[in-house]
Amino acid sequence: MNDQRSTISVKYESVIGLEIHIELATKSKMFCACSADYFGKDSNSHTCPICLGLPGAMPKANSMAIKYAQKFGLALNCQVQLSSKFDRKNYFYPDLPKGFQISQYDLPLSQKGFVLVPSTSEVKNFYTSEVSLGASRTKRIGIIRVHLEEDTAKLTHAAVNGRRVTLIDFNRSGVPLLEIVSEPDIGSSEEAKLYAAKLQQIARYLEVSDADMEKGSMRIEPNVSLKKKGDKKFPEYKVELKNINSFRFAEKAIEFEIRRQLEMIERGETPIQETRGWDEKRQRTVSQRTKEFAHDYRYFPEPDLRPFYFSKGQIQKLAREIPELPEEKTSRFRKVYGLSSSDARIICEAKELADFYEKATGAYRKNHKNVANWLTGEILRRLKEEGRTISQTNLLPAELAELLHLQDRSELTTANAKEALAVMIKTGKSALEAVKAIKVQILSHNDLEKVVNEVIRQNQRAVSDFRAGKKASLSFLIGQVQKVTKGAADPKATVELIVEKIKPKS
Amino acid sequence: MNNLDLTGLTIKEASQLLVKKQIKARELTQACLERAHDLNKKLNCFITICDAVALEQARRVDELIANNQKLSPLAGIPIGLKDLFSTAGIRTTAGSKVLANYVPVYDATVVARLKDAGAVFVGKTNLDAWGHGSSGENSDFGPTLNPYDLSRVPGGSSAGSAAAIASGACIAATGTDTGGSIRTPSAFCNLVGIKPTYGRVSRYGIIAMASSLDSIGHLTKTVYDNALLLNVTAGQDNFDATTLPAVVMDYTDRIEEGVKGIKIGLPKEYYEGLDKNIKKIVLDAVKVLKGLGIKVVEVSLPHTKYGNACYYIIQPSEVSSNLARYDGVRFGFAREKFSPEAKRRIILGTFTLSSGYYDAYYLKAMKVRRLIREDFVKVFKKVDVLICPVLPTLPFKLGEKIDDPLTMYLSDIFTVTINLAGLPSLAIPCGFINNLPVGMQVVGPDFSEKLLYQVGFAYEQETKWYEQRPKL
Repeated sequence: MNDQRSTISVKYESVIGLEIHIELATKSKMFCACSADYFGKDSNSHTCPICLGLPGAMPKANSMAIKYAQKFGLALNCQVQLSSKFDRKNYFYPDLPKGFQISQYDLPLSQKGFVLVPSTSEVKNFYTSEVSLGASRTKRIGIIRVHLEEDTAKLTHAAVNGRRVTLIDFNRSGVPLLEIVSEPDIGSSEEAKLYAAKLQQIARYLEVSDADMEKGSMRIEPNVSLKKKGDKKFPEYKVELKNINSFRFAEKAIEFEIRRQLEMIERGETPIQETRGWDEKRQRTVSQRTKEFAHDYRYFPEPDLRPFYFSKGQIQKLAREIPELPEEKTSRFRKVYGLSSSDARIICEAKELADFYEKATGAYRKNHKNVANWLTGEILRRLKEEGRTISQTNLLPAELAELLHLQDRSELTTANAKEALAVMIKTGKSALEAVKAIKVQILSHNDLEKVVNEVIRQNQRAVSDFRAGKKASLSFLIGQVQKVTKGAADPKATVELIVEKIKPKS
Repeated sequence: MNNLDLTGLTIKEASQLLVKKQIKARELTQACLERAHDLNKKLNCFITICDAVALEQARRVDELIANNQKLSPLAGIPIGLKDLFSTAGIRTTAGSKVLANYVPVYDATVVARLKDAGAVFVGKTNLDAWGHGSSGENSDFGPTLNPYDLSRVPGGSSAGSAAAIASGACIAATGTDTGGSIRTPSAFCNLVGIKPTYGRVSRYGIIAMASSLDSIGHLTKTVYDNALLLNVTAGQDNFDATTLPAVVMDYTDRIEEGVKGIKIGLPKEYYEGLDKNIKKIVLDAVKVLKGLGIKVVEVSLPHTKYGNACYYIIQPSEVSSNLARYDGVRFGFAREKFSPEAKRRIILGTFTLSSGYYDAYYLKAMKVRRLIREDFVKVFKKVDVLICPVLPTLPFKLGEKIDDPLTMYLSDIFTVTINLAGLPSLAIPCGFINNLPVGMQVVGPDFSEKLLYQVGFAYEQETKWYEQRPKL
């Protein structure tokens, strides 16, 4: 049974579920035509009577958001409902202009799915970048439901004219939100991070969201409780964690919570069911007493929106529109390009990187591993330094291929190739332009040979010294070639040429 | 023409005079505005009278007419807008202190359509706050009085709209009907009122009462006038997802078709125990129609008796949710300004939706609602339309029912079932008892408004009750 959990004590194990919200990257909001692209915009510049909840305003469902939600459900191996509806979730809060949120209650768009994450024993390798060859154990995390709802406005606490106030920005009000609720199958904080990373990866692969925690387009709310090992029943309480702004916070918060609950249980106390917020300053979770009573949301079907029905054919058509997902792509790359599992995983991490790889190998077919090395090594390193993704640079796959060809023809040293690559990534110059820019002359093999011949001709003493057994003379000759070519000569090719020409004829 | 004559015109008559250039839109509008101002202290028909806007609208129509432009029959016609209809730049209160200072930034779809047709907006008419009421007494701005008898109610919730037309302050007015709020004041004020099929007319921009029950309609002096207005307001709206793409026909076309061979059902549950005077007057009306060629069939709508209970669970539930946005944060005043009736319905509706009670109340009521609608669907296989009374009583005295909400709710027994079923109903005058108006309703299947107008028109032309005016 695939039920490993983090062993935090002899007697107890952690029961973790994750509730994840993902903001969809549709053009317009969920129920009105306002732009959904609100990040960084002037406050209250993307509003209308509908997302402001003005008297008389009525919602109109965004069909693209529904398609995105269904695609996401399919990618999560869910059953997509053929009939569904919206419901009103009624409660009062200043960021909720209508006094209710249009959400889904008992007929969510998708249910009963799962994702596979690398099993926990592989985790350490993943994070220390030590590759464990052939490792392919996975853990199945169940998904209870995926449903669609609208986002709330954003509250900011500020001081205006010396008074402490709360400001409301309605740009975010009404943006489509996907809510994914997992089964409490997650066994550790690392597994929680892997699960969240997997959902993020799928969202980006499908291009339905940029799922960025810093921008708020992805939010995580872990539920944590402990149970006795071997107990079939789930614990009677669960603690919901909020204010999680990154995967790292999630990991720390979960770990803190597990320790806190363990201490209580070992003292004989049962942790109370509550919501706690992660306090990054104090590195602990803190009780948020505002939600002491279970909220009665008085759900009822949204009367302003008619229920919607889909045919099996429509769902199948949608399924065909789903691109190759990370698991499949990784498998295929291993087979077709002969990549190691860790190389394949790194390259397939982001769809754009994988696409780049495929295009590059299309223009440089002779050595798939070489392309992989450059991608996973030099290129990813540079991208990380610059804080950019590959599509944010102007680096073209064909130009990488050209660079590699240049290197193969020994017209470029590895060191220079790396320098040229850096220029290409920064400026988007072609390989040839980049090499020119670093003021290196491209040395063809013929040119190199000419130089070697000339150096040999001019340094006959060193040649005879070498023939007499003085190895240092070889280094001298190499140095001379480098001087003439101003370092453009490929060391390996240089050595080969010199040795071939001056070695004693046997 | 003097003012009284002008304000006594129908849309059809006024339109013809305007086109023939025998009167100007400006004088017609001014006559109505004067009447509106003169009578407002007495009758309290209007919360806001829009002199500047109305005169500017009239001026533009006069300009177009002078340039021989072909215009809609509504061009230059002074109408009232029930104060639930959002009007950009014009205060919209819903009859409540909570919105006493609220000015919308956008027009309701129906308002925009009427504007485009050239109608002139005399003012925003008084109503039971939020639509909560059957008498017109629940307005936070004071009750409206019945022009036919100033000691009696004009009916609600579209009270101001009805009293304004009946008193000559405007020629037609818009309304909303969630449980009878167009038909009741029409019946009490000798007017024609349409409650269209749910989804026939856009609700966008109209302050919502109960979203699955609200129907957007209007009141007029005559059946033909009523059809003219529906031509403009009906039709699918992209902003209202509950409107349907059913074709909008010309509702005046062949309105004089007659009723030969039409089968009319009289549902016995609406006549059993009915006040005998009202029963007689409605059955007399049926007799008139018999003389014109209809066939009468007695039918039964067995679930009628659950209608009021069903309605008074579903409606407050949706009200409690729809009124949640009035929190005083972005506009309007705080929730403590809600009147007792509004608070009553919010609390009732919150209860019927709450965990542990939802199944027994809201869900159960929605199931009963399906049965009520099925009664009608079955019956319409046997007959073309139904004729029923609108109310079980004559216009009652101010204050008579206001102390007991349940008694007030019982006024709705003949109207709520039609809202639950989503069907169209046309209220038309059918006579007077003790000089007080009585109305009947012609109910039809979905999107049968054209047929309702034909039946109503045939009866109306035989009886011409609209020629009687209140003595003001």
